[in-house]
Amino acid sequence: MTPPAPLLSIDDLVVQYRRPGAPPTRAVAGVSLQVRAGEVVGLVGESGCGKSTLARAVCGLTAAKEGAITFDGTPVGPLRVRRRDPALTAVQMVFQDPYGSLNPRRRVGAQIADGIRTAAGRGEAGGAGGTPTPADYLTRVGLPASAAQRYPQEFSGGQRQRIAIARALAARPRLLVGDEPISALDASAQLQVATLMRSLAVESGAGLLFISHDLSVVRLIADRIAVMYLGRIVETGATAEVWDNPRHPYTRALLAAVPQPDGAGHLPAELPGDVPDPAAPPSGCRFHPRCPAVFDGCDREEPQLIAGGVACRLYAA
Amino acid sequence: MSPVNVLEISGLTVDLPSEDGDNRILHGVDLTLQPGRIHGLAGESGSGKTMTGLAVLGLLPGGARTGGRIRLNGTDLLALGPRQLGELRGREMSMVFQDPSTSLHPMLSIGHQLTDHVRHHLKLDRRAAKRKAAELLGQVRIPNPAEALGRYPHQFSGGMRQRIAVAIALACEPKVLIADEPTTALDVTVQAGVLRLLRGLCDDLGLAVLLVTHDLGVMSAIADTVSVMRHGLVVETGPRGRVLTEPRHEYTRTLLDALPGRSTV
Repeated sequence: MTPPAPLLSIDDLVVQYRRPGAPPTRAVAGVSLQVRAGEVVGLVGESGCGKSTLARAVCGLTAAKEGAITFDGTPVGPLRVRRRDPALTAVQMVFQDPYGSLNPRRRVGAQIADGIRTAAGRGEAGGAGGTPTPADYLTRVGLPASAAQRYPQEFSGGQRQRIAIARALAARPRLLVGDEPISALDASAQLQVATLMRSLAVESGAGLLFISHDLSVVRLIADRIAVMYLGRIVETGATAEVWDNPRHPYTRALLAAVPQPDGAGHLPAELPGDVPDPAAPPSGCRFHPRCPAVFDGCDREEPQLIAGGVACRLYAA
Repeated sequence: MSPVNVLEISGLTVDLPSEDGDNRILHGVDLTLQPGRIHGLAGESGSGKTMTGLAVLGLLPGGARTGGRIRLNGTDLLALGPRQLGELRGREMSMVFQDPSTSLHPMLSIGHQLTDHVRHHLKLDRRAAKRKAAELLGQVRIPNPAEALGRYPHQFSGGMRQRIAVAIALACEPKVLIADEPTTALDVTVQAGVLRLLRGLCDDLGLAVLLVTHDLGVMSAIADTVSVMRHGLVVETGPRGRVLTEPRHEYTRTLLDALPGRSTV
């Protein structure tokens, strides 16, 4: 497949938060990432690594300090009081908490209808069978059409997340961003919702940026994986390749920590130390204080992501 | 090790009231716990694994009716009144839940929460309670225990908070620990540490642990015995290695086959 121009292009993005009386925290410290149409990219990393901030910036919810985000040729700027640029409504987000992201006082159908109107506003009303109804979208996410008449609180967490997905889909997104969309769900609903997001996105030819700390789920649904540590991407590549042959010491540590259901009783490997404060990241390679493969110079030189998809001095030419 | 049962659940049934009459959630669950051993309870949500844990602790939702027996060192817990059960809970048996950010009180210092607990159950004076609290934090490997006592839950990471929850659970040297999805909310790297901690405490203190988890990887890492639940019944019980590699029940096989990347292993 010759790669077409990416749908979403993130270039050297820096996002920082300011706190009174303290130096600004660079939550995203120079990240480049692309998502193509029909592609599922999984972004993984420990909590606090900046992956949610990245997702928010992609949707215009947080302003970039440096760098650029381009969606299909349109620069993504921060959302202000006025409504979003209609071209950007083709980027839709599914948030972590379906208890907070749905309006408790409006019927499910009305909230999905918002999405349908958004699509119509872009002139993408419907497919072959005329304008779709909220019921159509509910059926696609595996809920009964009658759910449209009910309120969010009448549903379980997994069902609510399906409603949130239906609402996002109704806007006919070309890029779907899921920020930990499964972590608030019951364990058995997690995999179902994740695979549903994948199939719905791929079916409609949209790209999916799926952010999660659950490596086993990302492994299952992502075509490509990007591993983030303390505001930087340390490794990226085809999911199977990264999984079978992780190169960055951090990726290795992450994968070694996933317990295997082989019945052998092996305790998973522990990665010593805590994630450092992103407001005061270590010098040089941000992973060096915890890295088992650290060598002379790692504390001075910050490695860049090379063409092979890894940012580590072990692989520098 | 002789298999003395600290906890014996036999024929446990639970009915919850609903709009159209009682709804049977557990249909006769049998399960035993031994000192120094971790019994893993697997199953999808709604299978009744959490309910089983709550029934042991006497924390079922209001209106629940129970049948069968739960014996803790010979005492039938289902026959006890709320007061007597309250005495045992926290002292003889305790619990750790999924989300350490909601199970700790956000406005009270760690020291406050720990010392309250040990003073209430162990009748220690303030100074002894404080010493005990610091010792407990050391046991769950919180760095600088004495200083940590003065801090609040939000000042700790998720993994540290879960360690603190474990410390509170262990404060009265219980015989039985019910851990319901104790690592589900944590990052894998942090989870690894908490699993090692649980396994170590179980081995060192002779604690009997009921580990409720959907994650068969977690199960495989630390459980000695594995039971699989479905629709309010235990469908299979056996040693970890056997259940996870040669499942006998159809349903266990389905669970294992559904795992990501299972075919490539």
